[in-house]
Amino acid sequence: MTDFAWISAALSSARPQALGALLRYFRDLDTAEEAFQEACLKALKHWPQNGPPRDPVAWLIFVGRNIALDQVRRQRRHEALPVEDSISDLEDAEADLAERLDSADYRDDVLRLLFICCHPDLPATQQIALALRIVCGLSVKQIARAFLVSESAMEQRITRAKARIADANVPFEAPGAVERAERLAAVAAMIYLLFNEGYSAGRDTAQARAPLCEEAIRLARLLLRLFPSEPEIMGLTALLLLQHSRAAARFDPAGEIVLLEDQDRSLWDRRLIAEGLALIDKAMRHRRTGPYQVQAAIAALHARAGRAEDTDWEQIELLYAALEHLQPSPVVTLNRAVAVAKTQGPAAALAMIEPLAARLSGYFYFFGVKGGLLLQLGRAAEARIAFDQAIALANTPAEAAHIRMHLDRLAREAAHEAAPAPAR
Amino acid sequence: MLYAILCYHDEKIVCSWSKEQDDAVMARLGVVHQRLKNEGKLGPSARLLPTTAATTLRKNQDLVLDGPFAETKEQLLGFYIIDVADLEEALQVARELAKANPGGAYELRPVSVFLDGSERR
Repeated sequence: MTDFAWISAALSSARPQALGALLRYFRDLDTAEEAFQEACLKALKHWPQNGPPRDPVAWLIFVGRNIALDQVRRQRRHEALPVEDSISDLEDAEADLAERLDSADYRDDVLRLLFICCHPDLPATQQIALALRIVCGLSVKQIARAFLVSESAMEQRITRAKARIADANVPFEAPGAVERAERLAAVAAMIYLLFNEGYSAGRDTAQARAPLCEEAIRLARLLLRLFPSEPEIMGLTALLLLQHSRAAARFDPAGEIVLLEDQDRSLWDRRLIAEGLALIDKAMRHRRTGPYQVQAAIAALHARAGRAEDTDWEQIELLYAALEHLQPSPVVTLNRAVAVAKTQGPAAALAMIEPLAARLSGYFYFFGVKGGLLLQLGRAAEARIAFDQAIALANTPAEAAHIRMHLDRLAREAAHEAAPAPAR
Repeated sequence: MLYAILCYHDEKIVCSWSKEQDDAVMARLGVVHQRLKNEGKLGPSARLLPTTAATTLRKNQDLVLDGPFAETKEQLLGFYIIDVADLEEALQVARELAKANPGGAYELRPVSVFLDGSERR
């Protein structure tokens, strides 16, 4: 890798911790971001000449803090301080700072930085956009591309969201245990949303949105490094890794959705699967189950099945039942019904989902599943109605195309039945 | 003489490589591996999963900790590759080894890529 590529990778991986610490010093997001930006420019100038520092994060915090303090002083005294002076003897100062910054500080700094993006007043898409801008350091242009909006629209959205969190007054003291757990849960939910935003893209948008999945995994790993003994963070990370392992198999060359059971499993990323399975193993030892762990365990059962017909649907049904208990929702029941269809047949599954109709009347998958079950039961006319409703609710062209395929087949079969039997 | 080469890098950076970058590195390494193999010099080699997947057993207290071995007062003196069903079984093996050789710690780290090096002369 070239020097520049190495430096830019080091800067982006240092960003959450360095920016988090600068935010703690200055208690103002704009000042912290500016200080970090300036420190990065210094790094680009100094590191190629002097070699990378031993602790890039500590270097960036130290330099960023000095630059920002100098600016404050300069404004007061109306005189320029030579910035180069502030980074002489840097080696000693940096080592000194690294010692004082123990991992507990880093941990709460990064968590705070992520948590301010999760303000409950902000709609989910704004939380995600903020996290991508502030924590991951993606450019507004990159984020706009992922959300399929113009750069100026995204710029506005981020500015508005920032103004809102500036008024939110997130406390800067180290959080207590309960507060820390609450922050962690909010941040985990935001990372999950971020991943889904990337994952639910159609083939046509998948490439633009793939970075969202990758950033979500990066943030999940970061959280796990900071909170190594939290089974739900292990579960979340495992869930994202296992879902993402199937990325290459989810669409065919024509851009059509390939259902899990029809996917070419040789395209699944074995390394991501291995990491996901290892994390579930670790999480299970804690015997403190939670929704992310259960969902990860379900994804793991799919990942472990060499062929679709080897899938352990009974175990999956049990896990969905556990998830229903932990986090009751009609969507979870719908998913359990899919497993029930495999273990007890389509009639039992259909009976399970019928009571959900009112609550899922605007949900694409509900009508997709319902149509599929009716089709299996040979109730073609009702299946057609369900598929028509699904198409109307499709979120992406690929979803609509998938349902269209069922409808076309139904139409062909109907035409075939209607045609007079050939004379013998 | 047998040598072990222990590979160190910043995992935050390596984990953020794109698939293309990662494949390019593996392809370059593959050329070196092949030459060593042809010369009968390559023994078993492994690429490990990140430290977030690690579990550490403190041998004397029989204490299982999440995460990698982080102390600096002990040094790396050896390693095993074992083939087991899951982490529980790996811990059983580690405990058995710990009984035979108490003191220090074992870090259990899942392996993501393994070349068995059976062509070594």
